[in-house]
Amino acid sequence: ERKRFYQNVSISQGEGGFEINLDHRKLKTPQGKLFIVPSEVLAIAVATEWDSQKDTIKFYTMHLTTLCNTALDNPTQRNKMQLIRAAVKFLETDTVCYRVEEPAALAELQRDEWDPVVAWAEKRYNVAIGSSTSILGPNIPASTKETFVSHLASYNVWALQGIEYVITQLKSLILSMGLIDRHITVEKAVLLSRLEEEYQIQRWGSVEWAHDYDLCELRARTAAGTLFVHLCSESSTVKHKLLQD
Amino acid sequence: MAALGSPLRTLRGLLRELRYAGGRAGRPYRDTPAYQHVVAAFRAHRVTSEKLCRAQQELHFQAATYLCLLRSVREHEALHQEYHGKGERSPEEVAGLVGFRLPQQPGGKG
Repeated sequence: ERKRFYQNVSISQGEGGFEINLDHRKLKTPQGKLFIVPSEVLAIAVATEWDSQKDTIKFYTMHLTTLCNTALDNPTQRNKMQLIRAAVKFLETDTVCYRVEEPAALAELQRDEWDPVVAWAEKRYNVAIGSSTSILGPNIPASTKETFVSHLASYNVWALQGIEYVITQLKSLILSMGLIDRHITVEKAVLLSRLEEEYQIQRWGSVEWAHDYDLCELRARTAAGTLFVHLCSESSTVKHKLLQD
Repeated sequence: MAALGSPLRTLRGLLRELRYAGGRAGRPYRDTPAYQHVVAAFRAHRVTSEKLCRAQQELHFQAATYLCLLRSVREHEALHQEYHGKGERSPEEVAGLVGFRLPQQPGGKG
């Protein structure tokens, strides 16, 4: 664990975008590259993460910094199409499409809470998705997958890192698109992602050091990912050099 | 459109979270770039209850998302410190749990 070694955190505008300064030192990524982001608001939020650290630096709380580092370093070395394919692949096991048959109360809760968001996605993207109680999951038509592939291709590579991150956290492409399209809030998306847990918690009670702990962490990561996607897709940053593939 | 509630409430919550997060060594949280940006953005867009302006809704959604981020990180860290922050017990503490004391061994372990 590292102690906080800097007094002041500030932002400066360089050639390629916005940089973070810890005292007089420029922040770098884990791989040693200069930390530079295309959006000023994103830089402000990252600077706030660094400035919020008290005595020790808790990297596990700095989700936006982590996302920027991933976008800059690309440690899994994936290009845009690989990110898109990874994202769309999640549709085959999308949480909101995977239904139980029992207990009946949970099955009904899934219908009540998940059917509307599936219907929203089908209407919004003009696709067929459906849901399934089979262990194999829903049968997603190829045309549906291609529609999502085309749609995601309109996002730049930074935003796609964020989208893929949110999908991995929520275990659902549909809920993630609901967030990206501002159809649902982060709190609602997390609730829908954790529907079965919430059902069990209602029945058996909540264990603060596990349930609430996981809930807060999922909310934090999902909120960070969503904010990251929106800040990297804004029209003021769209033509930015950093965001070219 | 997501159910966001009152923009004023979001703004107040956001400023409160920035107050908890900021304020280093004499520098008041109102001087930080984040605080000034949030206040300026809300002022510029005059986020009100009107449902007409799309830019306003986008800003409100962004603000609500950032509020969720700050609040969740703070709550998560509080839970972490309370339940997971103490690390392992030393051998002396473990012995003490069941009423034993470790023996004194002046020559070290045999």
